[in-house]
Amino acid sequence: MEKNLLFHLGRFVSWHKQIFRKPENWRMYYKETVRLMYDIGLGSLPLVAIISIFIGAVTAVQFYYQLDGTFIPTYYIGYIVRDMAIIELAGTFTCIVLAGKIGSNMAAEIGGMRQKEHIDAMEIMGVNTAAYLVMPKILAGFLMIPVLVSIAMLVNIAGGYLATVPTGIFLHSDYVRGLRSFFIPYYVFMMYVKAFSFAYLLTSISCYQGYFVTGGSIELGQASTRAVVYSCIAIIVADYLIAVLLTAV
Amino acid sequence: MIRIKNIHKSFGDTKVLKGIDFTFEAGKTNLIIGKSGAGKTVLLKLLVGLFEPTEGEIWYDKTDFLSLSRDQLRELRMDVGMLFQGNALFDSLSIEENIRFPLDMFTKQTLGEKRKIVNHCLERVELTGINNKFPSEISGGMQKRVGIARSIVLNPKYLFVDEPNSGLDPKTAIKIDDLIKGITDEYNITTVINTHDMNSVMEIGENICLLDKGVLAWQGNMDEVLNTDNETLENFIFASPFLQKLRKRALANS
Repeated sequence: MEKNLLFHLGRFVSWHKQIFRKPENWRMYYKETVRLMYDIGLGSLPLVAIISIFIGAVTAVQFYYQLDGTFIPTYYIGYIVRDMAIIELAGTFTCIVLAGKIGSNMAAEIGGMRQKEHIDAMEIMGVNTAAYLVMPKILAGFLMIPVLVSIAMLVNIAGGYLATVPTGIFLHSDYVRGLRSFFIPYYVFMMYVKAFSFAYLLTSISCYQGYFVTGGSIELGQASTRAVVYSCIAIIVADYLIAVLLTAV
Repeated sequence: MIRIKNIHKSFGDTKVLKGIDFTFEAGKTNLIIGKSGAGKTVLLKLLVGLFEPTEGEIWYDKTDFLSLSRDQLRELRMDVGMLFQGNALFDSLSIEENIRFPLDMFTKQTLGEKRKIVNHCLERVELTGINNKFPSEISGGMQKRVGIARSIVLNPKYLFVDEPNSGLDPKTAIKIDDLIKGITDEYNITTVINTHDMNSVMEIGENICLLDKGVLAWQGNMDEVLNTDNETLENFIFASPFLQKLRKRALANS
């Protein structure tokens, strides 16, 4: 039977009652959360760093090209790279990349456990599987993804610098002047609102796809793909809503 | 003891179980037998609460299983052990960690105390010294025994076993059957085994329920199996041409 969007939305919301229940054993949940923090944090750091450095570099080079020959001062490039990193690229782009890496991994891990009857085995032992398998993932994502976003923001700005200053496109002093100009701390607050929201969305949606998977390996692959696609869509929609809400447009 | 009354289960328009009444007795090996598609696994999953019946009652001693809240159900499940057909051992954990998992989750014992219990369970299933191996490093028969060790680690009152002999050679299968029977007697557990292995039926079938097309076709014990004139049971037992030939010869001789 084809299940519609409302069914999944209802099940997703009511599933949260199971996830956020008192753990059977705090120590086991703590151990699992630490393991996942390590996986999500350190495991994703190289990817986030590589992508961020090039995004920063492309932003700087591209804007230099766009603004070349205009009356806009060169130091604006540093300001543009910084604000683009803070407002949009570090948060949204990093989380979309993480949806691909962490999201598919979470869906496949939980879905695989479902198919190998590990989840049934735990249920029969009396374990609240929704809580034990999902809560540490959400918590680990909630703690580590904002850290990754912060690093992405810094690497992004560094990428812009590396692409322009050592290559002689413009001066160190211009780039630094741009970074120091027109800084609005509220944008950093916006970045963290996005980081926490996206962290929650991508972990919970991916876990949901894995937890309720049925069938065989084809369905598991489909669930993994859905985890990435739906997480990305949710992140983009949330990005727009947060932008509207926090800028009161 | 587990009692089921008028159990029905449907998936969409397909009726899998149609009004089953049966009592799984305490301290006995209770067998659910039947052809593939008869509804054995569905019945087992209903008994442990992985499925909900469309209609009917399930009683664990004096507890109405279906009226339990989620928390009460979790509490009852501390008394339940289950061995899955595919063993359901956690691949990323060692054998010791697999068996210790329920203890880690639900008890506040020290690591030393838990290790002692794990070693006792491993000894009980005749597997010592494999604590640090991983499930992928041991044979299918050994995995079954580890699964049994994990299912008895919390001293359950009820043990459910799904197809314990599937994928095993006859000798190992007999060993697993003996082990389950021994544990049932030793701990006075209500053991429910879902099987279509005739050797299990004849060796450990103390209380047997034969399902056919979703209905209870026959009930009895291993001694009554050979003396029955129930056609469904006869067709099930003597399904292979070889056994039919043997039977004909035996009847002719008698």
